[in-house]
Amino acid sequence: MSSYEETGVLTPEYLKSVLPPEERMEKGPAVIIECIEKIPCDPCAYICKLGAIKKESLVDPPKVDYDKCTGCGECVAICPGLVIFVVNLKYKGDEALLMIPYEFMPTPKRGEVYEALGREGKPVGEARIIAAREMEGRTTVVTMAVKRNLVMTVRNIGRKIR
Amino acid sequence: MEMKVDLRLWKHPILEFKRGKPLSIYVNGEKIRAYIGETIAAALYASGIKVYSQSVKYGRPRGFFCGIGKCSSCLMRVDGIPHVRTCIDLVKDGMNIEYEKGRGEPPSVSEMDVEEEKIDTDLLVVGGGPAGLSAAITAASLGVDVLVVDENPKPGGQLIKQSHKFFGSKDNYAGIRGTEIAKILLRDLRKTDAKWLLNASAIGYYEGKKHLLAVVQNNRKLIEINTDKVIVATGARENMLAFPNNDLPGIYGAGGVQTLMNVYGVKPGNDALIVGAGNVGLIVGYQLIQAGVNVKMVVEAMPKIGGYLVHAAKLRRLGVPILTRHTIKAAKGKDYVKGATIARLDENWQPIESTEEDVEVDLICLAVGLTPSSELLFQAGCKQAYIPELGGLVAIHSEDLETTLDGVYVAGDVSGIEEASTAMMEGRITGANVAMELGKERAKAEKTREESFKDLEALRAGPFSERVLKGKEKVWNLWREMR
Repeated sequence: MSSYEETGVLTPEYLKSVLPPEERMEKGPAVIIECIEKIPCDPCAYICKLGAIKKESLVDPPKVDYDKCTGCGECVAICPGLVIFVVNLKYKGDEALLMIPYEFMPTPKRGEVYEALGREGKPVGEARIIAAREMEGRTTVVTMAVKRNLVMTVRNIGRKIR
Repeated sequence: MEMKVDLRLWKHPILEFKRGKPLSIYVNGEKIRAYIGETIAAALYASGIKVYSQSVKYGRPRGFFCGIGKCSSCLMRVDGIPHVRTCIDLVKDGMNIEYEKGRGEPPSVSEMDVEEEKIDTDLLVVGGGPAGLSAAITAASLGVDVLVVDENPKPGGQLIKQSHKFFGSKDNYAGIRGTEIAKILLRDLRKTDAKWLLNASAIGYYEGKKHLLAVVQNNRKLIEINTDKVIVATGARENMLAFPNNDLPGIYGAGGVQTLMNVYGVKPGNDALIVGAGNVGLIVGYQLIQAGVNVKMVVEAMPKIGGYLVHAAKLRRLGVPILTRHTIKAAKGKDYVKGATIARLDENWQPIESTEEDVEVDLICLAVGLTPSSELLFQAGCKQAYIPELGGLVAIHSEDLETTLDGVYVAGDVSGIEEASTAMMEGRITGANVAMELGKERAKAEKTREESFKDLEALRAGPFSERVLKGKEKVWNLWREMR
């Protein structure tokens, strides 16, 4: 299997290393920061008012304190790497909620259904738009409902289906 | 009859393009619409004109390449003046633009409306990008008399085309788009007494009582600048890559494409191939998609992606393949690029014939590294060294960024290819050093210098800076040996 360094696609092992314990995921919304490299960067730690995101130094990857994180999503748009997502497994029925940063036109609207794309940009299912909020700096945070089993796979939206 | 083609972007998810009033320019007699504030090259490109001249010897078509006045690809004859860099010269109503064939005849000086001026200053900063502006702001706010010259029509260097949010420390603009950082720096510069000149190229260094530099503004005005100190912050230029037909219009520096697309709001093509998966290639790929361009793939000769993986991940989830161990073998097309042949590389970096594949593209972005723009420093007589980790030939300099010429400093990419965030810190350090040398607000200057060194160290603490630091150590050691 090819590595993240060769393909640009986060591998399951790396993903596992940034996920909270399963019990925490079942409790409600939680941030997932898919940042594993040593990048001199700290806006995520800066913007979190709850003190849930910590950086040991400017270059150390962020660490999340899941007792403090409420999954509010305030940090999603600030990440220059666009790798902060919020997952809420406890949405409705077999659906989970996913928040992603989005910087393309047109801005999706509530109720629209888009192709849900995985980390390789390939359609893996459908995403129903719940909300789209433009944040400071013109990044939009899109909240969507996807099938629960897809919420760790979906990371983008593609064509509008309806 | 006006041409109907308009490749201008009138809507963009991130950027707003503020265009001035429409006006008319003439290209080989044909009337074209342009807008105040556009460069000649951008206006031509927006009208679908992508060939600007032909090569002297073989008559091959020439287009735009770097977009920031550093190469000679876009030279045209403008209102009778040959070899005008159309990528940094602004349009004027009624301007007459002609294709150049051969070497071009210079007009006689008596025909030209030329001016001369002499300026005395404490500090001349050459280059108004992140390093130069930071140096100017720091020095001027410490009481130094500062003049900044930049050969581009807009200040801010390459920040003005960086539409992505920056890494770095939140205390120093992280999480803010480069375009916005440029605005902040300009706002800070305006709060000081520093002066600046645009469309002004520093063309030579001379020994005077102090330092004497010749600057030409708007191709017409010669300015002699006498200064106590010089900070050279001229940035870098993009590297070329050798392959058949690499000179075809449609093959541009990735940064040049960013200028066209993000500064002037012109769509550079429909289908793109990106060569190089370093940060520049990855970021430009993402920005091309924001401008509505279909990015077919990124090829990278190295076995691993060179840029930050988060930038690669952004492109991948948009469906763009990144092919490591792949290269461009040749470009296709006659007057303009129509496609490319790519191939996988074997263990000895040789293309494997059976893996060759043709891709149809009308845009090829070369993102294969940068070279420091050191020409002025070398002409001035600064000692140089070839340091691969810093991008090539650099002026030998101390940790305080002073070259081997007393009172001549470097800051930013010209001192070694790095990031805008580190360039700003280097700028501050040199600005503070100049203030200290000139005996202005010593305590305050010393404090700024110390803090900037600390910030610079924090930015360079990661593994991505190991290579640069190795190069810097080499340069610092050479400087010590020479002193």
